[in-house]
Amino acid sequence: MSTTATIDQAPGASAEPQINYLNARYGVKSWLLTLDHKRIGLLYLGTITVMFIVGGIAATLMRLNLLEPQGALVEPETYNKLFSTHGIVMVFFFLVPSIPATLGNFLIPLMIGARDVAFPKLNLLSWYVFATACCLMLYVVATGGVDTGWTFYTPYSSLSSHTDVFLAAMAIFIGGFSSILTGMNFVVTIHKMRAPGMTWFRLPLFIWAMYATSVIFVLATPVIAVTMFLLMLERLLHVGIFDPALGGDPLLFQHMFWFYSHPAVYIMILPSMGVISELITAFSRKKIFGYSFIAFSSLAIAVISFLVWGHHMFVSGQSVYAGLVFSVLSFLVAIPSAVKVFNWTATLYKGSISYEAPMLYALGFIGLFTIGGLTGLFLASLATDVHLNGTYFIVAHFHYIMVGGAVMALMGGLHFWWPKITGRLYPDLWARFAALVIFIGFNLTFFPQFVLGYLGMPRRYAMYPAEFQALNVLSSAGASVLAVGYIIPVIYLIWSLRSGPIAGPNPWGAKGLEWTTQSPPLTENFEKTPIVTEEAYNYETAPAPEVARV
Amino acid sequence: MMGLTQFALNSMAALWAGLPLSPPAASSIAESVDHLYYFLTGITVFFSVLIFSIIFYFMIKYRRRPGQQTAPETHTSMFLELSWTIIPSLICVVIFVWSSALFVRNARPPANAREIFVIGKQWMWQIQHPEGPREIDALHVPVGEAIKLTMTSQDVIHGFYIPAFRVKKDVLPGRYTSVWFKADQAGVYHLFCSQYCGTNHSEMIGWVYVMSPTDYAAWLSAGEQSESLAQQGARLFTQLGCDTCHTGTASSTGPSLAGIYGKPQKMAGGGTQVVDDTFLREAILTPSTIHVAGYPQIMPTFTGQVDEEQLLQLIAYVKSLQPQERTNGQ
Amino acid sequence: MSDAATVHDANPTGFAHQFEDLEQQRDAGRLGMWVFLATEILFFGGLFAAYTIYRSLHPQAFLIGSHLLEVKFGAINTVVLICSSFTMAMAIRSAQTGRKKGTIISWLILTMLLGATFLFLKFRFEWYHDYVDHIMPGFGFHNMPQWGANAPQVQMFMCFYFFMTGLHALHMIVGIGILTTLCIMAARGKFTKHYFAPLEISGLYWHFVDIVWIFLFPLLYLIRY
Repeated sequence: MSTTATIDQAPGASAEPQINYLNARYGVKSWLLTLDHKRIGLLYLGTITVMFIVGGIAATLMRLNLLEPQGALVEPETYNKLFSTHGIVMVFFFLVPSIPATLGNFLIPLMIGARDVAFPKLNLLSWYVFATACCLMLYVVATGGVDTGWTFYTPYSSLSSHTDVFLAAMAIFIGGFSSILTGMNFVVTIHKMRAPGMTWFRLPLFIWAMYATSVIFVLATPVIAVTMFLLMLERLLHVGIFDPALGGDPLLFQHMFWFYSHPAVYIMILPSMGVISELITAFSRKKIFGYSFIAFSSLAIAVISFLVWGHHMFVSGQSVYAGLVFSVLSFLVAIPSAVKVFNWTATLYKGSISYEAPMLYALGFIGLFTIGGLTGLFLASLATDVHLNGTYFIVAHFHYIMVGGAVMALMGGLHFWWPKITGRLYPDLWARFAALVIFIGFNLTFFPQFVLGYLGMPRRYAMYPAEFQALNVLSSAGASVLAVGYIIPVIYLIWSLRSGPIAGPNPWGAKGLEWTTQSPPLTENFEKTPIVTEEAYNYETAPAPEVARV
Repeated sequence: MMGLTQFALNSMAALWAGLPLSPPAASSIAESVDHLYYFLTGITVFFSVLIFSIIFYFMIKYRRRPGQQTAPETHTSMFLELSWTIIPSLICVVIFVWSSALFVRNARPPANAREIFVIGKQWMWQIQHPEGPREIDALHVPVGEAIKLTMTSQDVIHGFYIPAFRVKKDVLPGRYTSVWFKADQAGVYHLFCSQYCGTNHSEMIGWVYVMSPTDYAAWLSAGEQSESLAQQGARLFTQLGCDTCHTGTASSTGPSLAGIYGKPQKMAGGGTQVVDDTFLREAILTPSTIHVAGYPQIMPTFTGQVDEEQLLQLIAYVKSLQPQERTNGQ
Repeated sequence: MSDAATVHDANPTGFAHQFEDLEQQRDAGRLGMWVFLATEILFFGGLFAAYTIYRSLHPQAFLIGSHLLEVKFGAINTVVLICSSFTMAMAIRSAQTGRKKGTIISWLILTMLLGATFLFLKFRFEWYHDYVDHIMPGFGFHNMPQWGANAPQVQMFMCFYFFMTGLHALHMIVGIGILTTLCIMAARGKFTKHYFAPLEISGLYWHFVDIVWIFLFPLLYLIRY
């Protein structure tokens, strides 16, 4: 190895191109028939990026329309289709698979020291199922979309809407099976395929988070499948399952829908929390504070998440008693999340902190998730939820968690593991700049919506009273900044694939089995099955970061 | 220093009062909801600022120095873990108790509440005053009087939302939901549909007019000279032939309806049910699900023969019937 | 460096490269099937929950609906399925005790025949009769006058009947497909005393489908008792 590194190589990288999972086999067939979890993770990354763009375009058009009280861009009918498309695509076809199917697929075997997941063929099948569902959904969007909202409340969706609810429900039904297969694979992989010495309590916290997420995948997704199945049959046969005129109960739909969709939001945030645990330790270069508390809080969140669905229905006509029960359980589910935030903060204490882009995303996550989570208390609280339900306060709350939380974690994770996935480094200055733009744009977009919500502006409104215009314009302005913030990484990340400095096996000097192997890894991940002898995050034995940073 | 702090606090208070951060507080519960909201905001601001500042402080104090590679160990602290589990839990308990008390208190309307009926349909609100006047997308109410809204939808789920009163309730097809409020400030306030219901959901909005009691009485009588709901119901009762079975005499096929509203009714399988709006609605639409003690279950269904408005008229009529002396067998 | 596909084909005992050894593979396969069955429980469970709620809301209508079903065929089918679980268990046992592949295949075929019998009885004698009698929702459903005001809920009962038994039948068909694959694998001599994991795992699936029927039968057919 030369002592003076050439301009396009990071220290530690070898000069010759090595064999790795990306160049081991070439050709479209080698990708479409791959059984390699890493390639499957990348297939998913491509698919969810496409869906994110579709959902993002819908959001852009929505915010443009909301510049004016009477609607600046589209008719209400179109606006209704836009927010429905945005919600369905972003929830079911972007957020739910995002970290699990991309980072999860890529990293889980690497982190536990395995060659692949337990069922590689099922893994590939899950991507095909997902891609099919995405194509079906894109077809629905292209042929007019649906206007039911992502929540599909009956009887509007089952009897009244003139849009293609049947196919949209089918797309979600099919997509659900991809989640189930992924969840099954991860549960078995984590249980059965850990390397020698990798006990449960030596696992990286990302694995604990993915395990908890997979439990939810496996238990909750079948219920949305059945719910969509019943909705499809209702649209087809008009038999009155949710039609009160025929003895059906529209509230039953809501119970069944939220029984999945509440745990689903934890599917979206638990993996993000796992990523943050990894980023915080790596960029403070010390052991995480309260390892077992964070691990158990992931499990606690997964369990309690199944018990709180009724908090979406406080004003739906369910009984006062039910409201009380769901309210107390909803407060309970907030506590483990708070525990995590405090533990991450404590990890920084006496750390050796650096501010590369992944760390900026992680710190941003902690701040925004704190705000988003605390605003959840307003909604778990019955008396305030009566006023806030169905308003922009809810919209702001969940965007703080899903965008300020989950998407920032995805960005942070992508940046952190980018050198491992691609073997390249990206320009960190641009990355930090983009992180900052995203943070600012995000807050400008969504903070005004808290105020709008308390003022009483309902959500899903194509038009609104003039007094709400100022805050709407502010929010739309913020959205344009946020959009720019998302475009910048696309540019430099793609640039880095060809022209970024070549990365060594461990550019960040991080702990974790994935960093002990080459970048990008071999198809079978490790030349020899690793044997684990130390606790997680033992930074005393960590190598130095390969690139000196401040 | 003190003067500066005072100035800062005063400006913030003025800013808070001047900035439109909450809708007018125009009902008896609005202020108490606002107080809880401010408390929650305070908690949010406190913990956010706490976390943000600690992170900022650590970011600066523990930034990596040149040449430093690892950090010294810090042990987990059971004391810290317990503290930051227990303290948030206690705060949550406080919020839960406060909020639930408010919610439960607001859930039951006072016994003397004035009842007004709401029918939601795509995409308008039809308000029916029992005295007869009917309005679309508008609700006139007297100030200082408890109002109970009994609501149903004619098609899909809607939501009845008056931000200024801090009240909201979904409006469902096939059943009645209700919400109550007492407006304590005259004025005009927004009425929104809060549950997405299709194309013109954002135009299913209106105004609530809170008037002094004398103005309200004047408004009621100045409205179109129509019969009261109960009078319309009486006519319908005869028209539909209800009076052939429910004659009120000892030999009538169906039970007497005089004075039954609000009272428990003995049911055939044992036990009792209170005769409320929902009970009457089910008796008219799905009589096979109601079996009153001492009477055969032979009442025909009127599904498809009466719409939501007519149902309200019939219910108002039954409500208006005074209890007579009961004869044997009833 | 060889890739997964070629390693797999060169390996007659079915050992998959991602595992360390056959035991880990078997453990993983078993756990995977149990996790999958958990998802199936939630899947059917959603339908069971909806059915139960509506039954408690409309007891009379559902009683009428239940009378429209033929308990005779439901009972015969229950016995048929229980027998098929027995033959499936015997197939696994014959592999476990190292019997000839002919024995294994015979038990598998017997299981498939019993499954096919179930489907034949259901489709030909129950479903077809319901279609002819106009009580199949969506296919010329006629309300009968004696149902009175209960008619819409009787139709809903029939909907649930067809959804739930249809979903169950779909699982049976998939199960028969799986058994066919197992027969082929057995014919190729894949199963030995040491390696019969696919039989075990498929057995779990088959028993599960049986158990779902054991819940469906009383819930749908035996309301009158």
